[in-house]
Amino acid sequence: MSTETANLQPAEQRRRGMIALAWLIKYNIYVMLLTLIVASSLLSEHFLTVQNVFNLLRQLAPLALVSLGMLLVILTGGIDLSVGSVAAIGGMAIAMTMPAMPIEGAGALVFCVLAATACGVVLGAVNGVLVAGFGMASFVATLAMMTMARGIAYMLSNGQPVRFPRELPTAQILTAFGAKGVPGIGLPWPVVGALVIVLLFTFLLRRSSWGRLTVATGSNETAVRLAGLPVARYKFLAYTICGGLSALAGILVTARTAVGTPVTGAGLELDAIAACVIGGALLSGGKGSVINTMVGVLILGLIGNIMNLMSVPAYPQQIIKGAIIILAVLLQGVGAAARQRV
Amino acid sequence: MERLSMQGISKAFGGIAALRGATFSARAGEVHALMGENGAGKSTLMKILSGAYHHDGGDIRIDGTPVGIHTPQDAISRGVSVIYQEFSLARHLTVAENILLDRLGRQRLIDHRALEMRAAELLAEMGFPEIDPRGTVGDLPVAFQQVVEICKALSRECSILVLDEPTAVLTTYEAEKLFALVGRLRARGVCIIYISHRLDEVFALCDRVTVLKDGATVGTWPVAELDHERLTNLMIGRELSDFFPSREAQIGPIILELNQLMLAPGAPALDLAVRRGEVLGIGGLVGAGRTEVLRAIFGADPIADGKILLRGQPFRPHNPGDAVRAGIGLVPEDRKQQGVLLDLPILTNALMTPVNPHLWRLGLLRDRRERKAVRNLSQSLRLKAASLDVEAGTLSGGNQQKVALMKWLVSGCEVLLLDEPTRGVDVGAKVEIYRVINELAAQGTAVVMVSSEMLELIGMCDRVLVMHAGAIAGELAGASLTEENIIELAMGREHVH
Repeated sequence: MSTETANLQPAEQRRRGMIALAWLIKYNIYVMLLTLIVASSLLSEHFLTVQNVFNLLRQLAPLALVSLGMLLVILTGGIDLSVGSVAAIGGMAIAMTMPAMPIEGAGALVFCVLAATACGVVLGAVNGVLVAGFGMASFVATLAMMTMARGIAYMLSNGQPVRFPRELPTAQILTAFGAKGVPGIGLPWPVVGALVIVLLFTFLLRRSSWGRLTVATGSNETAVRLAGLPVARYKFLAYTICGGLSALAGILVTARTAVGTPVTGAGLELDAIAACVIGGALLSGGKGSVINTMVGVLILGLIGNIMNLMSVPAYPQQIIKGAIIILAVLLQGVGAAARQRV
Repeated sequence: MERLSMQGISKAFGGIAALRGATFSARAGEVHALMGENGAGKSTLMKILSGAYHHDGGDIRIDGTPVGIHTPQDAISRGVSVIYQEFSLARHLTVAENILLDRLGRQRLIDHRALEMRAAELLAEMGFPEIDPRGTVGDLPVAFQQVVEICKALSRECSILVLDEPTAVLTTYEAEKLFALVGRLRARGVCIIYISHRLDEVFALCDRVTVLKDGATVGTWPVAELDHERLTNLMIGRELSDFFPSREAQIGPIILELNQLMLAPGAPALDLAVRRGEVLGIGGLVGAGRTEVLRAIFGADPIADGKILLRGQPFRPHNPGDAVRAGIGLVPEDRKQQGVLLDLPILTNALMTPVNPHLWRLGLLRDRRERKAVRNLSQSLRLKAASLDVEAGTLSGGNQQKVALMKWLVSGCEVLLLDEPTRGVDVGAKVEIYRVINELAAQGTAVVMVSSEMLELIGMCDRVLVMHAGAIAGELAGASLTEENIIELAMGREHVH
């Protein structure tokens, strides 16, 4: 082996080095994820425990759903700033509807989940109409929705957290879903739920015409319109689905914490955008992948988790998080430049 | 029976008439050229046919039946397919997805293999089996993107096919493949409407020609009844005395020199020298590396090795700003994306340079003085625009190109790099641009001009370097500067002398 290496021409060695480097850059977010996992395991003995990993994943499930919705909107070339506020409304809605139902049990819970999700779908649809129908800039329309939905969330309970009776059978199923895991394996149910939805959208974005045309809309809206296709519909659907997924995320938070609070999801939109961007999505639209966005979610979660385990105070945590986002995007820039040169 | 008949079509944009009762009709199984200067209304007429614009008056009949075309979908369902001059491709999607884009809307789940097979069939039918249907469109060279665009139209059952400047970005070889395909479509009974500024193509390919001028139809003639001169005169409405105006330039000392310049590690080393007052042409096929040479000189791309000498001094631009400050200007090939800011007024475009002698200190704008300078420039360039405050995007292609040139005239550049300066520009505007180039050369500016139009290279340049596969294959001047020799060198065959 060593003689073979010695026999290589310097040019050949350099070429091999370049290939290795190109590979590292291309898969930089996986490398980063792996590095973070290894570093975390070395830094803290509490990190690589089943308890900690499952807890982390449980906490990340809502962000995963919101990031997925955000990715859909970003793929069309837009942005949705209202996701955090809509999540709060979803979380409040489920907490308020459960005790109010005349029936109890699993059937009631399904109805409540659907109702709470519908709230998010409606708010998302309003975003969609403003952007796709009235041609409003997505940043502006969803910024307005962000403050309005937050206002509604506060008004629903006068700013107070909404608690529901723990012994209510409907609520017991919900909190069990939020706290327990798959029997035998222990994988938290919210993670299972989020995973199913993520896989569904991975499939739809790759294989359904709706998915490809959503991407096409972000890539070149004119091309899609001139092919005689309804551009506005794809945009509208992206915001609507994003609203629904945000509300679902809020439901997961309520399921985990057993309380619906109007402050849920503050700043969530920024984490979701960060996850998409770390995952290589272009804010101008047309480029982005579900799997990479989920890796972005994991990277963001891991950073927070390891710093908590090492008792890094909250304020420096934010600085480090920001720095890692910059690093990830810088590496992508280097990767793109390297690919162009090849 | 006419396949398509458009009668008395009128259309105005914000009170300015683009079409005044234009009339156009075409038969099945013919290639019908639609000619006219830029701004004559060809593109507007075709956008009305394709449903991209609504017409204000007139009626459209297909096979004698009046049809209301209000959306692109209406046009597609009536068998009208338009290949636009500005590509309508989704760059991040695959070739197959782009070709069959409208079909995607009709399926729920995509069978990617079926999609790719169909796309591969169409590409093979086009004569371009080398294009991978799974490749991403944004990674393809411009010429191949055009092929994808044409395949997209062919994927529809079209009975009327509009080709808007289809060969503007194709090489001679690729264009011949396209012509063969057009011939096959004509034999199949497709009605083909062909818009081009290249007269040779029109005479070689088309059966009849309709000429538009200022939004109205001048007339329709069988191509056989016309010749180059007659057609040109019909289009511009005056005698075209001299296509390539003569130049009285004093060729001075060498101002720019490339010495063993390598654009990438291991790439061919390039040597080139251009003198003050000289027009140096760079010919070759699309993708031969012509644009890259200009970009390297302009500091837009990194240089791997070698030297650039500017006025005898070593010059190493790290970015376009360095180049502009050193007196170099570049008018890029892609006017709409890189040359002109379409949404901004002419004035802003003209002053979009780091070397603006009309600024106050601290970079404050001096509106009156700038206006005066730009107005003088626009007069000497004979820019056709209502005022300096109209958006550059509202101008015709030739006038946009003049706007792209203006900023370098403001900054007073001494080496002007032009990449396909007359691409997509009509005959009248071409002559105007040639005249400007000659005037600049006469003032001592060194001009380096990349062009795919051989007549332009021969008519305009003192010397022509022909590139092949990233290297300079040879230099032609004087009697050796012929179309045959350019082709030989461009195709990589050696020893033409």
